[in-house]
Amino acid sequence: MIYLLTFVLFSIGLYGVVTKKNTVKIVISLVIMEYAVNLFLVLLGYRKGGIAPIMEKGQEIQEFAAATVDPLPQALVLTAIVIGLGVLALMVSLCIRLYEKYGTFDISEMKRLKG
Amino acid sequence: MVEMLGLLLIFMIIGAVIAIETKNLLSSVISVGAVGFGLSIAFLMLRAPDIAITQVVVEVLCLVILIRATISRDVTGISCDREFFAVVCAAVFLIAIFLFGIKALLALPEFGTPVMLLIKSAPTNTYISEGLKQTGAANIVSAILLDYRAYDTLGEATVLFTAILGGLAILRRKAKKEVTQIVEDKE
Amino acid sequence: MKGMTLIVKTVTRWVKGFIFLFGLYIILFGHLTPGGGFAGGVILACSYILLTLAYSKEVAHRSLSRAVASELDSVGALIFLSIALLGIYFGGGFFVNFIHRLSPGEPFRFLSAGIIPLCNVAIGIKVGSSLFMIFVILSAMRVIVRKSDNGREIIDNRRKHPR
Repeated sequence: MIYLLTFVLFSIGLYGVVTKKNTVKIVISLVIMEYAVNLFLVLLGYRKGGIAPIMEKGQEIQEFAAATVDPLPQALVLTAIVIGLGVLALMVSLCIRLYEKYGTFDISEMKRLKG
Repeated sequence: MVEMLGLLLIFMIIGAVIAIETKNLLSSVISVGAVGFGLSIAFLMLRAPDIAITQVVVEVLCLVILIRATISRDVTGISCDREFFAVVCAAVFLIAIFLFGIKALLALPEFGTPVMLLIKSAPTNTYISEGLKQTGAANIVSAILLDYRAYDTLGEATVLFTAILGGLAILRRKAKKEVTQIVEDKE
Repeated sequence: MKGMTLIVKTVTRWVKGFIFLFGLYIILFGHLTPGGGFAGGVILACSYILLTLAYSKEVAHRSLSRAVASELDSVGALIFLSIALLGIYFGGGFFVNFIHRLSPGEPFRFLSAGIIPLCNVAIGIKVGSSLFMIFVILSAMRVIVRKSDNGREIIDNRRKHPR
């Protein structure tokens, strides 16, 4: 059920990418898709009633290992979030450059000006 | 717990729909911010404090960058004429992907049972039980990020570096001068 | 007066040091508590971006100029790589935690975990300076659109106030 809601979020982002014409709107849709994928990966590692994967003083390793959530997806998603920010900055700079060249954010408008 | 997560996700879906469908670019950017902060709360509920902190801070920066990109431009409103054919194609394509997704998601283990419980030889089991002894770090996420899977972090640093190089190349000053000259020629 | 209003400037002057300190704490205690180089680096970048937004670009560049930021970016990457290469010499493999193997510290203390705090510092420097660079690059561009005589918009990239 939770997985399905995440998938709905992903589909909304995909719909935006496919149908929208404004470049900033496309960037925003891509950001939403990225959020959905990150959330899905973290959801895969969740354990019912689990604790955070950070050990405390005086905790037995066996006890910790039996209760913690999966730390591997969390580590991978952590890098993915920062990379997402870098890619977002790259996309926004492309948008600004296109706006400079054509004076508009609209894709179809750009095509017409070029031809 | 699961119900709360579901409610949060529904809130995020509503935010995403508003962000994509609204006509004003600024309110669209702010709706994305709402989705991102909801995502951060969801990470906190899923017992991932590391990502929750990172998501909050990255979301702030993301909003600042997007607002700087859109608000200084004169056009904040956008036209919304759509081609009927394109929308129909997109809808059919999305329905096909959605049906496939339902089939694929049903094959996954139930929510709340991570893969490491099903497969005893999964690498996560080693990381959890041996992590403190082998690396000495109490934060297992940190241990995985910078010791077991440090190549990943190296690749991440490279990608960030390349992103800046790309941004610099796209927005460099030299190209700016050429555009100015063209404008002057027209005048 | 450049920048924002007096209220924003005063609050920024009070808060910027605490934000920077919090970023340092997040980076340095990344191996014991939630956080690490990524989150801490972004917080460090945020403290400078707040300075840029509240005052002006010149005030922020007085404490961290663009050239220094790009050098810090390279320095962070080089520290990270040299730690990895030292692992080959001392431990026999790329990214081997050689400090922990040679002299394991006591768990749950600040000086434990070998190379992980050092790597956190390197990643923090790298992420922070590169995100600040991204912001500077994006905010340096200002496009002024004005109408020409025949009604079509033309794009003018020249500065508003020529020197």
